[in-house]
Amino acid sequence: MATQSPKMNIKDLKLWYGDFQALHGLDLEIPEKQITAFIGPSGCGKSTFIKSLNRMNDLIETCRIEGTIELDGKNIYSNKMDVNKLRKRVGMVFQQPNPFPKSIYDNIAYGPRTHGIKDKKTLDEIVERSLKQAAIWDEVKDHLDRNALSISGGQQQRICIARALAVEPEVLLMDEPTSALDPISTAKIEELVSDLKNEYTIVMVTHNMQQASRVSDKTAFFLNGHIIETGDTRKIFTNPDQEETENYISGRFG
Amino acid sequence: MSAKIIRGLVYLAAAITFGMLGYVIFYILVNGVLYLTPDLFSWDYNSENVSMMPAIVTTLFVVGGTLLITTPIGVFTGFYLVEYANRKNPMIKAISMATDTLAAVPSIVYGLFGFLFFVTFLSFGLSLIAGVLTSVIMSLPLIIRATEEALVSTGRPIREASYALGAGKLRTIFTVVLPVAMPGILSGVILATGRVIGETAALLYTLGSASNIPVNLFSSGRTLSLHMYVLSNEGFHVDQANATAVVLLLFVLVLNGLSTLVSSRLSKGGK
Amino acid sequence: MKNTKEAAMKGVFFLSACFSIIALLLIILFIFANGVPFIAEYGFFDFIFGMDWAPTNNVPLYGIFPMIIGSIYVTLGAAIVGVPIGILTAVFMAEFCPPILYKVLKPATNLMAAIPSIVYGFFALRVFTPFIRENIGGNGYSVLTASVLLGIMILPTVIGLSESALRAIPKTYYTGSVALGATHERSVFRVLLPAAKSGIFSSVILGIGRAIGETMAVVLIAGNQAIIPDNLLSGVRTLTTNIVIEMAYATGQHREALIATAVVLFGFILLINSIFLYFKNKEAS
Repeated sequence: MATQSPKMNIKDLKLWYGDFQALHGLDLEIPEKQITAFIGPSGCGKSTFIKSLNRMNDLIETCRIEGTIELDGKNIYSNKMDVNKLRKRVGMVFQQPNPFPKSIYDNIAYGPRTHGIKDKKTLDEIVERSLKQAAIWDEVKDHLDRNALSISGGQQQRICIARALAVEPEVLLMDEPTSALDPISTAKIEELVSDLKNEYTIVMVTHNMQQASRVSDKTAFFLNGHIIETGDTRKIFTNPDQEETENYISGRFG
Repeated sequence: MSAKIIRGLVYLAAAITFGMLGYVIFYILVNGVLYLTPDLFSWDYNSENVSMMPAIVTTLFVVGGTLLITTPIGVFTGFYLVEYANRKNPMIKAISMATDTLAAVPSIVYGLFGFLFFVTFLSFGLSLIAGVLTSVIMSLPLIIRATEEALVSTGRPIREASYALGAGKLRTIFTVVLPVAMPGILSGVILATGRVIGETAALLYTLGSASNIPVNLFSSGRTLSLHMYVLSNEGFHVDQANATAVVLLLFVLVLNGLSTLVSSRLSKGGK
Repeated sequence: MKNTKEAAMKGVFFLSACFSIIALLLIILFIFANGVPFIAEYGFFDFIFGMDWAPTNNVPLYGIFPMIIGSIYVTLGAAIVGVPIGILTAVFMAEFCPPILYKVLKPATNLMAAIPSIVYGFFALRVFTPFIRENIGGNGYSVLTASVLLGIMILPTVIGLSESALRAIPKTYYTGSVALGATHERSVFRVLLPAAKSGIFSSVILGIGRAIGETMAVVLIAGNQAIIPDNLLSGVRTLTTNIVIEMAYATGQHREALIATAVVLFGFILLINSIFLYFKNKEAS
């Protein structure tokens, strides 16, 4: 096992929406520069969980949280944590591509501008680098001024990935990034994600078992707001310890 | 009832509605256009030429002044209602109720209030500022409602995208949400403009009806609608009143065209 | 630095939001503080049910019953004229209008709403008044004239809201009816119209609110006699016109009586508005 300390460390995380408890005391370590996949049936809490890693759940009024989530050993829910700086360090890509109704260039430049970069030349470099990292530079380099909503869904999602990368996050959260896309776009994004892990810590929620087994290093299986089992992806998919995990993976679960 | 009779009634009703609208416009144009003489547009009003030029300028002052105040207040209220406040907050309910009630208050009550508060209590007298402030309160619900609807319809995803990049609330509102909501807000502003241009009852006892261009915030004036009211009420200058109506209609037509343009952009932008 | 800016702007937004509440409170305060004491002093019953409005008498009389009845008459008249035409036109817009024509007629209804009331009033003064005088009788300044004019003026309100209520009904209602062999007309009138009734009803209420609050168009054509009209061709004065006609020269108690008239008008509007909100909420749920 790796002796290196985990990039993110979640301890006894409990989460409520109003009176409904969605997460029941989760513990998990997210290793650096690896891909961790969350799997489990709909409503098991995996999306809720990933959204608490960059405090997107703060936007939901009724949401209440107990426990700690540490990023490099610092609790992200402590009062000293600046949420905006946290979200710069922990980026996110959503299920539905959600580009701003602005030009491709302005979409990518939005994050860096938010964090104070104004110099045109620096921005140009960031835009080009991010689009290259997201493997979409060649497709859009000649029309960066086009509205990002005018390109295809698969391209939009890669624009969103590029946009997330442009603020140079340390962790990239991906909430079912391919479930709204066609198979060809899905393949492109999977390939891209595998390349990105050399530089980024990636956390990915997926419904797609094949996807989880193809791209991830670690897998956590969620059920009814609990983490049932975590471990190396190969082990989870070939020889899980828990019966529920095996039932789900072999398709007997919903 | 047979289908034919029902269909006949429906067509008849539509014919009456649009026939009447057509007749109003036709009547005003036919009886007014000929009297649009250069005299009516001379800079100085006197009881001979009954020029509407000062009234046109005053209308622009009142509309401009009103929008300058009511737009930020209305838009900011929309921001607060949609982006900040908890939906269960009693404050929200109070603001919504106040907005609904303000929208239902008749012009003459606004006029009376403006007269009691701005003209008398604050001793502004019949003045540009009293007229503008009365119009501000009157047009506020239109802007608030338009902003609220426009903000709500922008949806959650683009906000999430912005927050996830580490942008704060202000930056998200002003650089991401506002541009998307702009056409909706704009159509509220156009609606408010139309309301102020067409207003008479609320302005008669606040702005007053002085016939010259107001020289400062505390001098009285009359908007085009007020001018037309005075002319039709006196009954000596019916043709000139009619010509004034042509110009008013022109204003309204332009505004309506703008609003149609904006709302067609709105539906395109949503796709 | 950034956080103080966020907090400061939140404060600005909050203050803006308070503005409408403050404005409404000020309106209520100034109208009621000036009007209610007068009503108390003059006597609620004498004021509301007094038959004579004679502010210039040696012993001035401030009975607004004729104006209350006047407002009710012209508003009812407006509803009788405007509601059936408005609802049927809304049905036309939602269910019978060819798309090409709709592109012209929809902006036309918006235009109808945007034409200033003074223009409508002037039009009625020049067209309806002589028409009624010459063909029906009276001097043309009458309950009838005001009712027809207000009926036209509430059309865009009734049409707009009724049309959206009709459009909000799920298409399946209609297709279900047509699939049973019902004609288009029958499906629209027996299925869609009843399903949209709260929305249509709230459009009528809002139209009534518009009619009762209208001032400048009515003042030109209603005759403005402070008497209870005994027929359709008799002149009439409403609550709104009572205020606008006499405010110019009223002083002292007379002015207070006019403000008290506004209190009564306000009461009517609040009543109508709560009925409207009741039906709007019913439609939403």
